[in-house]
Amino acid sequence: MQELLTFTIIGLSTGAIYAVVASGLVVTYTTSGIFNLAHGATGMLAAFTYWQLRFDWDLPAPLALFITLFVLCPIFGLVTERFVMRGLQGTSEVVRLSVTVALFAFMIGIANWIWPSDSSREAFTKFFEGNTVSIGGINISWHKLITFGCAILVAIVLRLLLYRTRMGVAMRAVVDDRALTELNGGRPDRVAMFAWALSAMLAGLAGILLAGEQQLNIEPLVLLVINAYAAAIIGRLKNLPMTFAGAAVLGLLDAYYLQFSDNSWFPQSILGFGISGMRASIPTIVLFIALIVRPQTRLRAGVVRIREQNKVPAWSTSIMGAVALIAIVVAISGMLTRSNTLLLLNGFTLAIVALSLVPLTGYAGQMSLAPLTFAGLGAIAMSKLPGDGNLFTLIIAVVIVALVGALVALPAIRLSGIYLALSTAAFAVLVTKLVFNQKQTFMSGNISVPILDVPFVEINSPRGRLILAAVAFSLLGLGVVAIRRSRLGRRLIALKDSPAAAATLGMSLTRTKLAAFAISAGIAACAGALAGDKVSPQQYDFTQSLPIVLLTVVGGVGTVGGALFGGLMLGGNSVLASVVPTLKNVTKILPGTIGVTLGRNPSGAANQIADAYRSLTNRWNLLAFAAAGGVVIWILDAQYVISHWAFFIGGVFWVLAVTPNLVGIMQAPRTRQIIASVYLGIGVIIAISIDWDNAVDSTGKRLIALVLLIALFGVGAQRIAENAPRIHRSSPDVIGLTTDFTDEELDRAERELGVVL
Amino acid sequence: MTQPILELRNVRASYGSIEVLHGVNLSVGRGEVVALLGPNGAGKSTMIKVVSGLLRPTSGQLIVGGRDVTGAAANALARAGLCTIPEGRGIFPNLTVRENLLMATYSGHKLADIEESTYARFPRLSERRTQFAGTMSGGEQQMLSLARALATDPVILLLDELSMGLAPLIVAELYQQVAAIAAEGVSVLVVEQFARTVLGVADQAVLLAHGKVQVAGKASEIGEDVLAGAYLGS
Repeated sequence: MQELLTFTIIGLSTGAIYAVVASGLVVTYTTSGIFNLAHGATGMLAAFTYWQLRFDWDLPAPLALFITLFVLCPIFGLVTERFVMRGLQGTSEVVRLSVTVALFAFMIGIANWIWPSDSSREAFTKFFEGNTVSIGGINISWHKLITFGCAILVAIVLRLLLYRTRMGVAMRAVVDDRALTELNGGRPDRVAMFAWALSAMLAGLAGILLAGEQQLNIEPLVLLVINAYAAAIIGRLKNLPMTFAGAAVLGLLDAYYLQFSDNSWFPQSILGFGISGMRASIPTIVLFIALIVRPQTRLRAGVVRIREQNKVPAWSTSIMGAVALIAIVVAISGMLTRSNTLLLLNGFTLAIVALSLVPLTGYAGQMSLAPLTFAGLGAIAMSKLPGDGNLFTLIIAVVIVALVGALVALPAIRLSGIYLALSTAAFAVLVTKLVFNQKQTFMSGNISVPILDVPFVEINSPRGRLILAAVAFSLLGLGVVAIRRSRLGRRLIALKDSPAAAATLGMSLTRTKLAAFAISAGIAACAGALAGDKVSPQQYDFTQSLPIVLLTVVGGVGTVGGALFGGLMLGGNSVLASVVPTLKNVTKILPGTIGVTLGRNPSGAANQIADAYRSLTNRWNLLAFAAAGGVVIWILDAQYVISHWAFFIGGVFWVLAVTPNLVGIMQAPRTRQIIASVYLGIGVIIAISIDWDNAVDSTGKRLIALVLLIALFGVGAQRIAENAPRIHRSSPDVIGLTTDFTDEELDRAERELGVVL
Repeated sequence: MTQPILELRNVRASYGSIEVLHGVNLSVGRGEVVALLGPNGAGKSTMIKVVSGLLRPTSGQLIVGGRDVTGAAANALARAGLCTIPEGRGIFPNLTVRENLLMATYSGHKLADIEESTYARFPRLSERRTQFAGTMSGGEQQMLSLARALATDPVILLLDELSMGLAPLIVAELYQQVAAIAAEGVSVLVVEQFARTVLGVADQAVLLAHGKVQVAGKASEIGEDVLAGAYLGS
């Protein structure tokens, strides 16, 4: 009995921490509609900051607490809202979630950079370490009492704030109707900034309290948020009392499991599967159950207006692209060193994983955070199935994982948006903890996946595997294009655009979603099954999935090109880290930094460049100018005026920074036109006039300089040229009503409609 | 003639690249009730958005009380005394009646005063003060949105489609309140698709079609034939 009581108190104090985290999550979700996956990471950074102030610089605890919680956390929240989240209005849930994933990756990168885990550091002690009080014969540390006190205080303050103050009521009003809040005289931007600041403070408080109990480690602090998700979902993301109750239940479950699993009668394995990963999975299981028993959200009628748009891929360009990609890989693979070949191979494998997101997330609008989990399952299936890597084994492996994918989707099918994404995250964590950690799967830490046995071709070198991966990506990419152009593809798009309209047309949403999940899992399985090498479970960990999802969305999740971009960016990131060791820390935060810019450009980078080029067609003068510039740079190189490196950097700069901006500059008002042109001109001169071969001593640094040039001058010129209002004086439905059609307009209309007279 | 309280000078406005208002002029005198009429898609609601500050015009000027306020934020205009009741129900459905009134305090009035004036005018809202506004009937919701206009003593009142989805009897009752507000000297710009409900209250009427002002004049002088012509596009 005594023991039970002790564990109850331990459980409740853990629950108190969960409650504080979860309430912060609820505050931002209800006011901005953004589910902040980086919430736990905020708490983690706050805990590290507090440690820095309190234990490394020896500030007194109250001062360190004040600085962390009441100065730095609110500032962090304000900055996040102002510069990251505010740009996300009107974007889809996928983009919003990706941005918080980016923030998550960014903060972990920062923490790893400033506080490397290998350095030994001063211990993070509890508040009033060693002091306990005895209540009913049970010793409770002061730290636990403080934790309880904080949770109760947070509950009371939040309640008063949200229901008794105008700021709190305005926070709820913004959710209801942002425009009406403005018409009442409220300032929604200020309200949002306040909410993010408050949320950061709550995350920070929980992080510090938890670090006192569990020491300072990045991972448990970040994953703290999963427990908070479960609690928040129990409260349906808005009900604070339910959220607190959920948090208490989670804390208690954890403590009781700890108590009972110590007993001898407690099973160490079920059906031969070890359950050592069980304790860490409890919150995930609760999250899964809470998601599934949650009442279904009603379909929202009407078209969801989304800022990102993609064109239907044409067969001609798709096939040309695929052939070109294979040709390029074959050509350059002969020149690469072994280690670079392996890195590029890794990039292509990741690109296939990213490709699995295109039909599911890009077309059907269903967010999945578990692509690598399916790749891991594919790798296991390929290595365990008999046949030693022949094509038939591959097909069986892919089919099995596709079925698993459909099976996972089955309970999650009622969910959409953020709830679906969380359930896939829960699945990924469960598989990582309970399947990948088994001796039956990854026996000695890694397994070897046989190389695919392609008829008539012997593949055993890294170069062969690289070409195989490129061919596999191209074929799968064409398959995805085929899906997009088929009836199923139109169904997937319909599912994203308006589930309500699709359902009223008699389309089965359930079957379409299942198909999307199965296809996606199958493609991801290919990536795992084609690994052709030893693989370890860490490669398929849930946290590794996040950067893939992120960079694919950055590249443009609606297109095959976007997937290639995402995979190669991620692969290229590790190239960067290996080529320039001094930049290792920069590469840690790079994906996150790129991702947080998504708000400005939700369709992805690949799409933006493609759009810029598309607008060039039919503008012969600009095309001629672009071509002439390329020829001039080439002649300069051929005449030995500039070096090959200058040719390469100048050429890439011309293609990626100058040409896409031409149309924008042409349409800008005169003064902006001149400024932007001069600015870009300076960029070109810098790109070709620097003595790259001697002034910069490594390939990696030259590439980074190139990226910086493009970012600085290309994006800069774009910003200068834009803001120019480009308005058609009359809308299409007014032509013909207020003014008569001109002959030219009639001709065009007939051409568009396919009417031949 | 004294200076108008609200003036639009050659205002153009667009959504994305599609222009909706092609140079609109409008003026509302002090204490005047101006009805803005027009068929679907004429640009009436866009005009209300421009005047309330929610949509920034691409060119032209918005002048309130003699000052050029083009581009001012909607919340700043609201605090300066421009009260807008938007299309649909101008209430927060997930806030209680009382909390809805608390939101009206951004105008600078005390909650107690706003509550007192509202409950005196609409005793039914008093019974529902702790109820979520979204659970009330359509008429009650519209009363609540009008309550903000009545209690905060605005300089200008903008009304967008007050009658939408309501029974004729309730519409008549609401327009009596509008007439009462106007009688206190508040200038009102009221948008209606159904001309007859509003012409009885209005001093001036402006007929908008295809993003341009077609006819403007005294409300009593706008005849059936002019309206029919504009609505049917002859």
